[in-house]
Amino acid sequence: MGANSLHVLKGINFDVKEGELVSIMGSSGSGKSTLLNILGMLDEADEGSYTLDNVPIKNLNEKIAANYRNKFLGFIFQSFNLINYKSALDNVALPLYYQGVNRKERVEKAMHYLDKVGLAPWSHHLPNELSGGQKQRVAIARALASDPKVLLADEPTGALDTKTSHEVMELIQGINDDGKTILIVTHEHDIAKMTKRIVNLKDGVIIDDNFVQQVRATQYV
Amino acid sequence: MFNIERWQEIFESLSKNKLRTFLTGLSVASGIFILVILLGFSSGIQNGVTSQFERDAANSISVWTGVTTKEYKGLNPGRRIQLKNQDFTAIVNKYDDHLEYKSPFYTIWGGLVNYKNESGNYRIQGVLPDNQFIENADISQGRFLNHSDVMGAKKVAVIGNKVSQDLFKGEDPINKDISLYGINFKVIGVFYDPGGERDESKVMMPITTAQKAFNGGNDIRNMTYTVKMSDNFDDAVKLSEQISLGIENDLKQTHIIAPDDISAINVNNTLEEARKIYSLVDTIKAVFWFVGIGTIIAGVVGVGNIMLIIVKERTKEIGIRKALGAVPMSIVVMILQESIFVTMFSGLFGLIAGLGLLEIVGPLIESDFIKYPQVDFNTALTTVFVLVFAGAIAGFIPAYRAAKIKPIVALRDE
Repeated sequence: MGANSLHVLKGINFDVKEGELVSIMGSSGSGKSTLLNILGMLDEADEGSYTLDNVPIKNLNEKIAANYRNKFLGFIFQSFNLINYKSALDNVALPLYYQGVNRKERVEKAMHYLDKVGLAPWSHHLPNELSGGQKQRVAIARALASDPKVLLADEPTGALDTKTSHEVMELIQGINDDGKTILIVTHEHDIAKMTKRIVNLKDGVIIDDNFVQQVRATQYV
Repeated sequence: MFNIERWQEIFESLSKNKLRTFLTGLSVASGIFILVILLGFSSGIQNGVTSQFERDAANSISVWTGVTTKEYKGLNPGRRIQLKNQDFTAIVNKYDDHLEYKSPFYTIWGGLVNYKNESGNYRIQGVLPDNQFIENADISQGRFLNHSDVMGAKKVAVIGNKVSQDLFKGEDPINKDISLYGINFKVIGVFYDPGGERDESKVMMPITTAQKAFNGGNDIRNMTYTVKMSDNFDDAVKLSEQISLGIENDLKQTHIIAPDDISAINVNNTLEEARKIYSLVDTIKAVFWFVGIGTIIAGVVGVGNIMLIIVKERTKEIGIRKALGAVPMSIVVMILQESIFVTMFSGLFGLIAGLGLLEIVGPLIESDFIKYPQVDFNTALTTVFVLVFAGAIAGFIPAYRAAKIKPIVALRDE
């Protein structure tokens, strides 16, 4: 928020097709989170264009951005970002609330997604009663709840131990198998290898962009 | 504004943050509570003081005499000054245009009064019929003294309610004879006095009768006049001051008293006293309002402060909500609706608690100067709304600013 602007990204040009599972890698300061935030309309690019599902994303005001986020995007954060006074179920139902879905349907849908991440028995627990892996799974269920076009995950395993990381990745792979487009920012190579395409960023530019043979997380779990 | 979904959302966040809700509510409720109590007691003091003045006419001038303290025109100090009938009539004649009711008094303190086997000591006063209005007395049975009673020096008496209760024990006292020092008087009326028991423990009879029956001759103990009220209170005060001064000077001349002798002739002007007391009451009222408004301002600042903290504390939550698709307006509305609900609810709670306390404690207060403490409900309700409204405005600014923060900045907030 300072007066000095810092150009983090210096010309990025890439394209993600529907159903891809892409990881964006790079050391800290490489601009990977900034890229994800721009894609997520949480931040805005100074220059360039961004088209999502054939909709040009430009001249966003807060209201339009909020609606796009709600319709098109699901977020998964490193620090989970669950609302700590709301139960797992209510957290998952929140994007639906902002879609104007009525309560009954909200609860049904939220329950469905919680079940999908294997947390149906924990639906009435508060976030601080859940383990880190469980919290991230609630966050994933929440990201899925609004049935977005794209899931954006910012270091989804950054706060988790290896075993839990693999469990979460297994879940993400499963969601991708169902056809959801997913972008993951990470700096862990083993996590990146579990995706189908790795984009390497350094100092704000893409240094390589390769499709890889996906490693299934199942074998580690 | 009414939207079940939104209310559910609000109740959820309120009930999940009990301490925060409680503290916000407490500051608002206690502010209103204190204000209600303050205003209640201010009105209580006003009622108390006003009722003190209802005992007697508020615009009266009373005259009584004492002993001279200064030598004057060859007369020694220490003379007792005795008022006579002619003093009373001289004043009546001179100031007749300005006087409304007038009565001299011939008083026997603690006279023994008998009815059959019952007896008691009461103040016996010889008066003129005008005294009914000077004392603000109400007749409950029979009649008050009249002109013909005075002219004929009839042996009739009007007794206070207390006397009637003590001596007659519920029996109808009208036309019964009571005996004062062996002389029989016929009871023609019973009076009530707003001055209470003290003023109702009296027996009044025509002054002519009293002077004759108790060897008074021409003597009178004191005399009271009421001044005709003009519309303007200040003018009335000025007029009664002038008359008081005139009466004092006239009496000093007739009785040959030094002009600077302050104890021989006493003239008491209740209107001037009343003005002092009323201006005191006004001052007390102003002070209470000042404190009350200060309390409200403190309450508003408190609510604003709490709103600021709430918004600060919820910055991250706001970021999450925005990331999930909340439009900025829905954030503002959420925060405001929550705060308005809490301030309104607790404001009304404080109001009801304050009114309830006044209602319970009010009648138990046994003080002459605080009576029926109560608050105008509309005033109190208005202050609640002012507080809620001001709190909402105080909360709007941080809420609006929070809604404007970019979600990524809000999310980074720890």
